Amino acid sequence: MVAVIETGTANIASMLAALERLGAGPKLCRDAGEIAAAGHAVLPGVGSFKAAMDGLERLGLRDAITKRFKEGRPTMTVCLGLQLLCLESEEDPGCAGLGIIPEKVVRFPEGLCVPHMGWNTVSPAPGCRLLSEGYAYFANSYCLRNVPAGWRGAYTTHGAPFVAALERGALLACQFHPELSGEWGLALMKRWLGETGTTCLQ
Amino acid sequence: MLTVRIIPCLDVSNGRVVKGVKFQGLRDAGVPADLAAVYERDGADELVILDVSATPEGRGTQLEVVRAVRARISIPLCVGGGVRNADTAFKLLNAGADKVGINTAAVEDPAILGELAARFGRQCVVLALDAASAASGGWEVVTRSGKNRTGIDAVRWAEAAAKAGAGEILLTSWDRDGTKQGYDLALISAIAGAVDVPVIASGGAAVPEHMADAVKAGADAVLAASIFHEGEYTVRELKFDMARLGVEVRK
Repeated sequence: MVAVIETGTANIASMLAALERLGAGPKLCRDAGEIAAAGHAVLPGVGSFKAAMDGLERLGLRDAITKRFKEGRPTMTVCLGLQLLCLESEEDPGCAGLGIIPEKVVRFPEGLCVPHMGWNTVSPAPGCRLLSEGYAYFANSYCLRNVPAGWRGAYTTHGAPFVAALERGALLACQFHPELSGEWGLALMKRWLGETGTTCLQ
Repeated sequence: MLTVRIIPCLDVSNGRVVKGVKFQGLRDAGVPADLAAVYERDGADELVILDVSATPEGRGTQLEVVRAVRARISIPLCVGGGVRNADTAFKLLNAGADKVGINTAAVEDPAILGELAARFGRQCVVLALDAASAASGGWEVVTRSGKNRTGIDAVRWAEAAAKAGAGEILLTSWDRDGTKQGYDLALISAIAGAVDVPVIASGGAAVPEHMADAVKAGADAVLAASIFHEGEYTVRELKFDMARLGVEVRK
């Protein structure tokens, strides 16, 4: 079972449809126990940083998600979902993120087209297992600049390089929308669904 | 670097694609989901479904169409036409749209843009800006499928809408739509120069050169309907030609 975490702020129809097409049997979940127990879990994300964090707090899901990351169990986060893993974001100063990644999310500088919307290249670092070279669909106004220690990642460029995705064992955090990235995105999701996540890269 | 998006538009009425579609291998070219799947396979970067039903009753099937299309495609989907309030937008997003296009309702009450952006994020909120040459020079906003000339300056409106919460502007030239004379480049340049959100050019495209010109004028994406539906170009052929003309496209 793939638990799709329902924060109440995300538009998740496309994620559910993509998982259905992959035969993954997605189930909308807002119960911490169910999310902790699921073989695979997805934290989709659109909406604002604070609204999403408030949603996770209100539903008492912070610990369940953090625990999955600590244990390296198959978990995929998308778009805002990647940003929520960080300490904080310039989108909502003062609002604490999940703090799994000790970095701050920043806004794209003035003068660039924002939101960064459309298909951009994904260039994975050597050693990535899940991520491959390709084009992905993005829709973001904020970004993470550097791949944090302990993770492998892929970059894309909008003015300057930023993090397109991160992976660590069965953990996958995408700034782009794999569910909207055509065959390439579905292939990435399929590889992630194949992860059993019993070991976590250190 | 972001590539330029090529966006086929499906005009749908009463649940059926209405512009003449001449695709080979489709038993019934009027079924939106079948056509959408063909476009994705052919390299479309995004799809727009515009509900052109003349009446609210005609839009009764709109959610079913969105669900059926979403079940088949893995690229972004923007849905517009007759979106009068946040509740309708919410239903469309829930059914599988990734973005909702709003024209008349936003002109009548710009607060709807902010309301939607706060709830769903501005990347979901597309201002459908229909513009026509104004007698006094420049362009004015038209609403109600071209029936109503508002007298509102299109450039000012684009700026205000982007501030109010629109994350993208679908810019249709009412003078050029259906003419095949190319996009209104001066209009694109004026709007793209005034806002920092992406601008989708629409109205008048017939050949790859038109699309390349729109990109040079400042468009981030180009939308077309009849050149695809009538089989003049496939998306793949168009992208090949655009790349030849120096435009960065997703291959």
